[in-house]
Amino acid sequence: MSTEIHLNTPLKTEDLEKLNVGDKVLITGTVYTARDAAHKRLVELLDAGKELPFDIRGQIIYYVGPAPAPPGKPIGSAGPTTSYRMDPYAPILMDAGLKGMVGKGPRGQGVIDSMVKNKAVYFAAIGGAAVVIAQSVKEAKIIAYEELGAEAIRELKVVDFPVFVANDTKGNDIYKIGVEKYAR
Amino acid sequence: MKEINVSKIIPVVKKLCIDANYYAGEDLVEKIHEFLDKEESPTAKEILVLMLENQKMAAKEKMPICQDTGVAVIFVELGQDVHLVGGDFYAAINEGVRQGYQKGYLRKSMVDDPIIERKNTKDNTPAIIYTDIVPGDFIKITIAPKGGGAENMSEVKMMKAADGIEGVKDFVVDRIKRSGGNPCPPVVVGVGLGGDFEQSALLAKKALLRPLNEKNPDPKWAAVEEEILERINNLGIGPQGLGGRTTALAVQILSMPCHIASMPVAVNVNCHASRHESAIIQ
Repeated sequence: MSTEIHLNTPLKTEDLEKLNVGDKVLITGTVYTARDAAHKRLVELLDAGKELPFDIRGQIIYYVGPAPAPPGKPIGSAGPTTSYRMDPYAPILMDAGLKGMVGKGPRGQGVIDSMVKNKAVYFAAIGGAAVVIAQSVKEAKIIAYEELGAEAIRELKVVDFPVFVANDTKGNDIYKIGVEKYAR
Repeated sequence: MKEINVSKIIPVVKKLCIDANYYAGEDLVEKIHEFLDKEESPTAKEILVLMLENQKMAAKEKMPICQDTGVAVIFVELGQDVHLVGGDFYAAINEGVRQGYQKGYLRKSMVDDPIIERKNTKDNTPAIIYTDIVPGDFIKITIAPKGGGAENMSEVKMMKAADGIEGVKDFVVDRIKRSGGNPCPPVVVGVGLGGDFEQSALLAKKALLRPLNEKNPDPKWAAVEEEILERINNLGIGPQGLGGRTTALAVQILSMPCHIASMPVAVNVNCHASRHESAIIQ
């Protein structure tokens, strides 16, 4: 549970296959933000056979709607939002090349199956570490859907963004394993 | 009769919005430390330490503890000897919310139409406001910013008297079990018992305002709270749902009389950033 692994984006399948649930990972590189409204739009684009606003292959989507950036900072508090609301869209994005998702809370079986099939990983960021996470964000710019405000798609440059592996490429789920271990 | 100009309310509400989001209550910090000492899971310990570090950093950097700075839920105790002058009372509260969320760099999380358009109102209004008329010549305003992740795990159940206290305990524990890691545990669990359908939900939300270091004044309910808390922490969900012994920091009950045919039970879940701030205007 205490191994600390450094990962750079775009993610490589062989690196992802080495990860196990519970591993602590520090992510460095580009991460894209998207939550409810942006997911709906991305999937509508794919359904219409159109191009996405960014190349999704090998990338990570972070489920977050950050607080506004105070003066002199690239971003405001930026902890994860609850992931299950993105479950209807996640398998479609993984089929399009998405390799990593960061959020909080358990995923549905359909998403877990898609992760196994696409060799993708779901990471849990810590809700309750929003300011700490914001410190790991060095740059942030809106690349699509500015009118959505907090829900716009942002391109973040992160250094050592702290997360835990919640679902690995082998179909393991920390939300089941971890809970069983400490239940009485 | 005491005259209070509603313009006095605006800066007070503005400051409450900002303070509630930047500064964790001492009772909350104490409670997390208390559970950290008892926690068995190394990952859970690491998360609790990170939460405490995050609270300190939020206060230092003047940033909100969580990016979800919530819907502005506001409880007003309005003294019956107060005469409000100078404009619309609720408009003044909303203006305070507008200014607080803008000047405090807090996230605007309200959409105008709940179903079809869902367009952001861009200033976090309207606030959700509850007013109680009380004896006195003051106004007490409490803000409890409420995040969506935890609110979404809340529920009202119209139970039967035959379900009894054991049925209530099972319902509350099951509600938290089904919530898993979604509401950002460790959570604070507000339970509203009695009243009617909507009153039970309001009781559950008001129950969250009790300081975490205070016991229920009624020993009967204090015992039920303790039992439910122990059962919840035996679920193993842990901080953020990754497994551990710290799933809830407290269970807090408020009750009131109800109809002979009814037994409404409501659970309102609050996240680890259980936030609220109060001020009195005289």
